[in-house]
Amino acid sequence: MINARINDILVQVPDGTTILDAARKVQVRIPTLCKHPDLPPTAACGICVVRIKGSAKMLRACCTPIEEGMDIITHDPEIVAVRRSVVELILSAHPNECLTCGRNGTCELQKLAADFGIREEEFAKHLQEAPRDETTRAVTLEPRKCIKCGRCTEVCQDIQDVWALSLLHRGFETRMAPAGDISLADSPCVKCGQCSAHCPTGAIFEKDDTRTVWNALSNPETHAVVQIAPAVRVALGEAFGYEPGELLTRKTYAVLRRLGFKTVFDTSFGADVCVMEEAAEFEERFRKRPTDLPLITTCCPSWVDFMEKFHPDMIRHFSSCKSPQAMLGALTKTYFVEKHNLDVKRIFNVAVMPCTAKKYEITRAGEMYSSGTQDIDVVLTTRELARMIKQAGIDFRDLPEEDPDHIMGDYAGAGVIFGATGGVMEAALRTAHFFITGSLPASVDITPVRGLDGVKECTMDVKGTKVRIAVAHGLRNVEYVLDRVRESKLKGGEPAYHFIEVMACPGGCIGGGGQPYGVTDEFRRKRAEGLYLDDRKHPVRASHENPHIQQLYGQYLGKPLGKKSHQLLHTKYTARPQYIK
Amino acid sequence: MNMQRPIVFIKDTGATAKRDATREIYTSLLTLLTERGLQDAIQVVRVADIGVYDKGVVAKVLPGGKLYANITPADLPELVEAVLGARDLARLQLTTDPNKQARLVLANCGTIDPDSIDDYIAAGGYEGLRKALTMSPEQVIEEMKASGLRGRGGAGFPTWLKWQLTARQQATPRYVICNGDEGDPGAYMDRSILEGDPHAVLEGMLIGGYAMGSAHGILYIRAEYPLAVTRMEKAIIQARERGFVGERILGSAFSFDFEVRLGAGAFVCGEETSLIASVEGKRGTPRPRPPFPSVKGLWGKPTTINNVETWANVPFILRRGGAAFAAVGTTQSAGTKVFAMTGMIRNSGLIEVPMGISLREIVYDIGGGVASGKPLKAVQTGGPSGGVIPARFLDSPVDYENLGKLGSIMGSGGLIVMDEDNCMVDIAKFYLQFCVDESCGKCAPCRIGTYQLLHYYTKISEGRGELADLDKIRSIGQAMQKASLCGLGQSAANPALSTLRYFEDEYKEHIVNKRCPARKCKALVTYTILPDACKRCSLCMKSCPVKAISGDRTVGYTINQELCIKCGQCYNVCKFGAVKGA
Repeated sequence: MINARINDILVQVPDGTTILDAARKVQVRIPTLCKHPDLPPTAACGICVVRIKGSAKMLRACCTPIEEGMDIITHDPEIVAVRRSVVELILSAHPNECLTCGRNGTCELQKLAADFGIREEEFAKHLQEAPRDETTRAVTLEPRKCIKCGRCTEVCQDIQDVWALSLLHRGFETRMAPAGDISLADSPCVKCGQCSAHCPTGAIFEKDDTRTVWNALSNPETHAVVQIAPAVRVALGEAFGYEPGELLTRKTYAVLRRLGFKTVFDTSFGADVCVMEEAAEFEERFRKRPTDLPLITTCCPSWVDFMEKFHPDMIRHFSSCKSPQAMLGALTKTYFVEKHNLDVKRIFNVAVMPCTAKKYEITRAGEMYSSGTQDIDVVLTTRELARMIKQAGIDFRDLPEEDPDHIMGDYAGAGVIFGATGGVMEAALRTAHFFITGSLPASVDITPVRGLDGVKECTMDVKGTKVRIAVAHGLRNVEYVLDRVRESKLKGGEPAYHFIEVMACPGGCIGGGGQPYGVTDEFRRKRAEGLYLDDRKHPVRASHENPHIQQLYGQYLGKPLGKKSHQLLHTKYTARPQYIK
Repeated sequence: MNMQRPIVFIKDTGATAKRDATREIYTSLLTLLTERGLQDAIQVVRVADIGVYDKGVVAKVLPGGKLYANITPADLPELVEAVLGARDLARLQLTTDPNKQARLVLANCGTIDPDSIDDYIAAGGYEGLRKALTMSPEQVIEEMKASGLRGRGGAGFPTWLKWQLTARQQATPRYVICNGDEGDPGAYMDRSILEGDPHAVLEGMLIGGYAMGSAHGILYIRAEYPLAVTRMEKAIIQARERGFVGERILGSAFSFDFEVRLGAGAFVCGEETSLIASVEGKRGTPRPRPPFPSVKGLWGKPTTINNVETWANVPFILRRGGAAFAAVGTTQSAGTKVFAMTGMIRNSGLIEVPMGISLREIVYDIGGGVASGKPLKAVQTGGPSGGVIPARFLDSPVDYENLGKLGSIMGSGGLIVMDEDNCMVDIAKFYLQFCVDESCGKCAPCRIGTYQLLHYYTKISEGRGELADLDKIRSIGQAMQKASLCGLGQSAANPALSTLRYFEDEYKEHIVNKRCPARKCKALVTYTILPDACKRCSLCMKSCPVKAISGDRTVGYTINQELCIKCGQCYNVCKFGAVKGA
């Protein structure tokens, strides 16, 4: 432990703690624009300067570890003047478009300018003009609003290992753009949107599809159907003053009806379907085609895109299952439409997702049109839904709770934990164990796959076989797992793993790129805890035990991996170039 | 060394004759040598610059480096005898005070053949390494500590401390890097050492490698120095052939090898963390310290980076002992410093002086004073990171602490002498333009600060300045100094802030009276011909490069302001003060 003083207050913190974090222990917030609690310091903004008492020099609090006996001053007139000048310099290169900016109200630069009481522009305006990049369906780049904090490149390169975004050119000409100054669509971008979730300003944001949805909702000819992903219910509340992780499932159903959706489904039901198909697939490979193991999950469209671009040798190990969103989307425009004798052309199918890549997924392959039209018409992120609720003037906090529509709103506990890293694995194992052995695992709570460790490995005894499991989240962590798979293949014999789950975003979907801003590991833990609470509360924990799932298969699909399933619920993969040009 | 054939360098340095007499003297000397059958015994070379000015035809003789000035054809027989050592030629010998300079680092530069390892060894080369290998690594670091050597790259961090930090790390491998990314405009100290005495740099790094338990040396040399690269590569090959580089050096257990890496043209890569990023193949931008490279440097391993001049000092320290080195210079700043002296100075060129020497001695005793004969206005040290020191501080000693107090820095060794024709706004603007071009763009204070400062300087130099701009310059400068991530940004405002500190009146002259007293800010200068003073010699008209001056001897001459490019030629050539520039 380190003993030091901050503003004459004694502080004791573990070795290696930065001055910034140590100051929090004594209730001092040192302002910063570039440091994100999720990321290593980029030391780019220069606002967090502090000094050692008596020294003329200033240090950056974000990246300087506090040392034994240090005597830190975090605020004095000169420090505040320097910070203020730096904020003014950043503002001098930033457009004054707050009122029409997607980050109005959530922008960190705007907040800092407000905190410093900046009332006039001190320095001459020098804007950097650069075109907006709207080439992907998921993420929009607005480089002229970029303050070059480096968070997006840090997360894209170091956390996600995608290297789509970089900082080009030098000095004042420095510009955030895909490497090589190509369009984002032509870059290796996997659309995870972590850049947009970490951007402090309006330089990177989700492609806004709310207008299309408003138009559909106001069209009397249209029957609007919506589904909400598991991770949305534990994060949407943050936009309305709730704590992260607060379970707001039934308020969310209610608000969607108030917005004008006629039918409200739950993606967790799609997850239950996904478990049925994937567990069956695992059982089939486990029994008949052990050389095709490991089976790798494919619920995450960023992971799918990443694999197709960077690891196409793994395609044969990929589950052919579509994601829960896509499965439910296809079932909405087939099963639901047929059952209620509706015109599929009148259905407007919306999915609310914690994810920007889902906007890409709905057109990624021919199988996404299995109903004969595009199965899902529009994907909204959690952030977009929050904006729509505010635009509609709905008092979310005081809404009465409502139930979803049957039967595709009635999910088992297994379906809802899909939103947390390890959740897909846990849900699939509950059912796969049953498919192979005829019984549930000894405990349906498979805790070794839970939590925020980057790679989680464990084994599960299934009928005498030790099933080896790996769960990875954050794309950089995939490398380790796949290397072990390749090593074991080279050696021949036993595969390194039988079953692998990958989620692109740290924490899984609860930490998705479309979730409310400000996510940290603490947020991720709380959001995940909300989902596990929902699971525990459910009388039915395993997907195959969900009577509504049984009804769906009995009435419509037949059996998992059957003909109808293959038509509607499965997809194919293809190696894709990392760079189009 | 004695076997070396004498070389005579010839150059007409002007002042005594109107035309260039280099060729005439050169031919006469060759003829004389042929007559005496000495054409193969003495080599004669015409050079473009000999480092001395206004001394007529000057001859520099190697070995020895003696200078003879104001040579006429009649002096040549005596010169030949002097070259052969047969007589003394004190009558013509140039008496700049040689004792004001102290050549430790440059001792071999220009006196040995840099391509010859034998020359280097004959001059005592690799003795330092031999001695180091008889000592323990700790003893070598102790010797460095005794020498008091501080980093010559500019910041002046004690070299031994850096070495010790690296040596005490557990992690291996460790790296030693030579920072040869010299980039200050007008500076060529490191280039001269790399090109003139490559083995000294290698020997320094070998000693450092031994002291720090490293086996890998990287020479990071800017790609604009192709000759330096060639010479270093050749030197490495020679040293390997002689057993100074490679496995089990000189029969010891110490092994060490070198790799040459070329810089890609970014000034900021002279900053050590950027340099490391560049060597690793990444974007050349700095990263926060700590961790310092000594702890986590290249590839995350302990790394010591010293600049060329620092490494080149090391062999002397080991060969002659730390105390001998510490005896030169001052207590706080031991040894010598090489400066590239340029600007309005009579003898521009590379000099090496003991630390603690006064600026006056440098400018007048070594530099020969201001070339124009006009009063000295200021001296700029430290290049784009340094500040301007006004003439009233001319007696200040040159050392790390004192230059810092004056608002400048030692820097890597640029030294520019300025007279009253230098405009302080213009100088600061020049350096700001440099920093705008060279800012890596990573951190906001430097990226936006340099750009904004340049904006205000352009405004002032074009006559659009306001007094409030001076406060803006000060607050931007303060933010840059305190909040920038690396040395480039922290010091980029120094030229601006130091000129503003010492020459605020000159700024105000630009802003309030819209005048540039030094006639450098073209937008603020108008040249006119005063008819009463004009003797109608027509010299101004003939010298005007754009034919902006018209008239004849009867009506006199006038300047067409539309055409005038404000080059000041007319002003300079007029012998009667009839051209007014204001």
